[in-house]
Amino acid sequence: MISRRIFLQGSAILGCSAAAHPLMSSVTLAAAPGDRRLVVIILRGAMDGLDMVQPYGDPNLRAARPGFAIGPEAGAHDLDGFFALSPLLSDLMPLWSAGELGFAQAVSTPYRDKRSHFDGQDMLEAGTGLDVPGEMRRDGWLNRLLQSMPGARAETAFSVGEQELPILAGAAPSMSWAPEARLTLSGQGRALLDHVYHDDPLFREAALEAMRITDADDPAMAVPEDEGEAEIEPSMMSSAQSPARQAATRSIEALAEFTAERLRGETRIAAFSINGWDTHRGQAGLIRGPAASLSAAILTLRAHLGAVWGETLVLAMTEFGRTLRENGTRGTDHGTGGAMVMAGGALRGGRVYGRWPGLAEADLYDRRDLMPTADIRSYAGWALRAMFGADRALVEESIFPGLDLGADPGFLL
Amino acid sequence: MPAFSEISAFRFGYGLSPHQAPSDSPDAVLAALRGEDHLAARWPGMGLAQALEMQREFLRLKRAERDDPDAVGPAFKRHKQSLHEALIGSLQITLARGVEDPTGLRERLMGFWSDHFTIRSRRLLEQSLAVSHAETALRPHLTGRFPDMLRAAVTHPMMLHYLDQVNSVGPNSRLAQKKPQRQLGLNENLAREVMELHTLGVGGSYTQDDVRQLAELFTGMRANGEEGFFFNPDLAEPGAEQVLGVRYGGDPATLAPIFEALDALALHPDTARHLSHKLAAHFIGSDPAPDLVAAMAERYLAQDGALLPVYEVLLTHPEAQSDLGAKLRQPLEFIAASLRALGLTGADVMALDPAQMRRHVYWPLRVMGQRWLGAPGPDGWPEEAEAWIAPQQLAARIQWALAAPRQILPKLPDPRDFVEQALGARASEALRFAVPRAEARHEAIALVLVSPEFSRR
Repeated sequence: MISRRIFLQGSAILGCSAAAHPLMSSVTLAAAPGDRRLVVIILRGAMDGLDMVQPYGDPNLRAARPGFAIGPEAGAHDLDGFFALSPLLSDLMPLWSAGELGFAQAVSTPYRDKRSHFDGQDMLEAGTGLDVPGEMRRDGWLNRLLQSMPGARAETAFSVGEQELPILAGAAPSMSWAPEARLTLSGQGRALLDHVYHDDPLFREAALEAMRITDADDPAMAVPEDEGEAEIEPSMMSSAQSPARQAATRSIEALAEFTAERLRGETRIAAFSINGWDTHRGQAGLIRGPAASLSAAILTLRAHLGAVWGETLVLAMTEFGRTLRENGTRGTDHGTGGAMVMAGGALRGGRVYGRWPGLAEADLYDRRDLMPTADIRSYAGWALRAMFGADRALVEESIFPGLDLGADPGFLL
Repeated sequence: MPAFSEISAFRFGYGLSPHQAPSDSPDAVLAALRGEDHLAARWPGMGLAQALEMQREFLRLKRAERDDPDAVGPAFKRHKQSLHEALIGSLQITLARGVEDPTGLRERLMGFWSDHFTIRSRRLLEQSLAVSHAETALRPHLTGRFPDMLRAAVTHPMMLHYLDQVNSVGPNSRLAQKKPQRQLGLNENLAREVMELHTLGVGGSYTQDDVRQLAELFTGMRANGEEGFFFNPDLAEPGAEQVLGVRYGGDPATLAPIFEALDALALHPDTARHLSHKLAAHFIGSDPAPDLVAAMAERYLAQDGALLPVYEVLLTHPEAQSDLGAKLRQPLEFIAASLRALGLTGADVMALDPAQMRRHVYWPLRVMGQRWLGAPGPDGWPEEAEAWIAPQQLAARIQWALAAPRQILPKLPDPRDFVEQALGARASEALRFAVPRAEARHEAIALVLVSPEFSRR
């Protein structure tokens, strides 16, 4: 890192002033605030919270989902006599026992009724309500946290993976990287590139970050040279042992490992996505892949964070839940209330948080979906208060404008 | 104001080629669009009949393998291999046509509409259908009428699979009544995306109830390997449905009212606005001038959904002549424009072998963030420049520009000539300064290809 900076200053002879660069000038700022680590995983496609954290104690669940495997007798792990964890997340049970895994049930964003993934994800990542003008939704709530954090610098927050993460988009600088990328350019080539990018901030900053990270990175993390046939198979439906599934799990492990590395260093906030939760048909098969990825991501983070795991909170959030009733194709459609998965040493785990609304038809939202009883943003808001010292006004007015934070659910140690 | 030749090459085409002069007037571009589709004839894509045949063969081999794995295994493996090759093959013809197209706009429109009607195969079984979707459902209508394109796109077997229509059954249909134990029912996915993405747009004037009603109207539409798309009245929800205030269908259920509803959606003013805005945002800038969008939408409605007159407004409106650079070439466009600038022809692209295609095109596209036929969701790829220049994506472009040209071309051009060849008047002072100072020829070429002015359009 040091040599990289010296090199960049050297490139000033080409007319590029290193001091003028926002990332360079931030070098003089204080170290990132605090020791707490927050990882936000966006579960894209709408995770079925009623399948992952099954309220098997409510008889309406079985009645509405006759084709689904439900409860401990179908292999799920009893959590508290009412909820059971999907067998697909079995590997996480030791964390539950250790108090490092918990859930919030019946949560949602303020988004209602149209049930569009894209709007739902926009709102989840923007952290706003529907009453907020579109302009305001251009930055993400993690970015607004960074904007308000004294001493935050680009390294403080990292988005990881090939996918764009609007949750971190905005005025405050943050870093992003996919473990697959690499760069082989001569020193002179870099200096010239710096010159060519000088007047285009988008390219300039992206290239600067790319070079900084590749300098520090293990060159073994390269584009796959192997052109194995299995890897271009876009199959998501095959058995648990399929090469595609293994490749997906490997790739999420690489991503989580990279994230853990950053968090052991200067990074305090990280975000990445796990896709594939849109299980309209044959849910039992389709949900295996994303569930395996979620489980692998949490376990890899835990394994590679070492002692830092004790300072870490992982929040896995989805845009909305799915219908209570299974549809005609053994799947579920877009719903409203859902579940959030929480993990980490900073969590007071071993509990399912939230007020349970019940699954009787009159208790449902729109007579079809789990009724949300809490705004998912209030959990995130309490986490930001406890972990980064954000005060109530900052959370309710700026990070999650219009949110009523409500009472502290007390899910952090 | 940029010259129209620059506008046509960068805004509406795949950039400059040393072998072709760019179109110098909107009339020249429109004349090419009105003329024959030479490139589809020269490098034809996979037809629907072949796609269905490959699907049937997959199923046949899969069943046969269960009975006799040793005898059938190798043939099944070869068939799977041919499906992979079909995927790479469709990427190859798409790239070749983009590199070759003298005006560029037809191929750019192919990209635009393929994205508008995004599909993705989740299973190898569906891969041949995915490969055939744009070619058979969109290509014939690129310069035709949108209602025809909508009908073809939505009723193509790939779309019916992708958006779960093949599993949607009217809850009170004859089949559901006859087999209650199968718990057959409705799936809203296709109906929702037709309204939200394909026609009215998410801000459009429809409700959850309209989605539900359209989903009920859609019941009966099906696809299988034998017939491709077909209608099965036994699966249809009985009775009429009310979509956006209009009643459709009734008993007996037929396909005609579904097509009527699709036509009405296609010609709805919200659709005219949505499509016009999206076209303008794709070609000109994320926040297109309201009068441009209004003029396109007006022409669309006046011409009954004909697309060529809408393109004419787009090409001739003063906004079309605005400064370049607000938009960014997406990865496939970037690779096509790079190869074109380097002097490759479509035939050169077609001469690449499958291993070269994987190494130099398929894999790099993935790391640049644009997996071929693999958009993450039905809303397709993002339009914002920022979505394509995250550090790892830019790193992938730089890495490609360093490695691929010298591996594909027998000899790299002189970098000083290449600046002119690739960018003409668009090359910045900074780039002209940097290129001759590179220590290696391949790095100088890469500097041109990864320069902001090459990617911005």
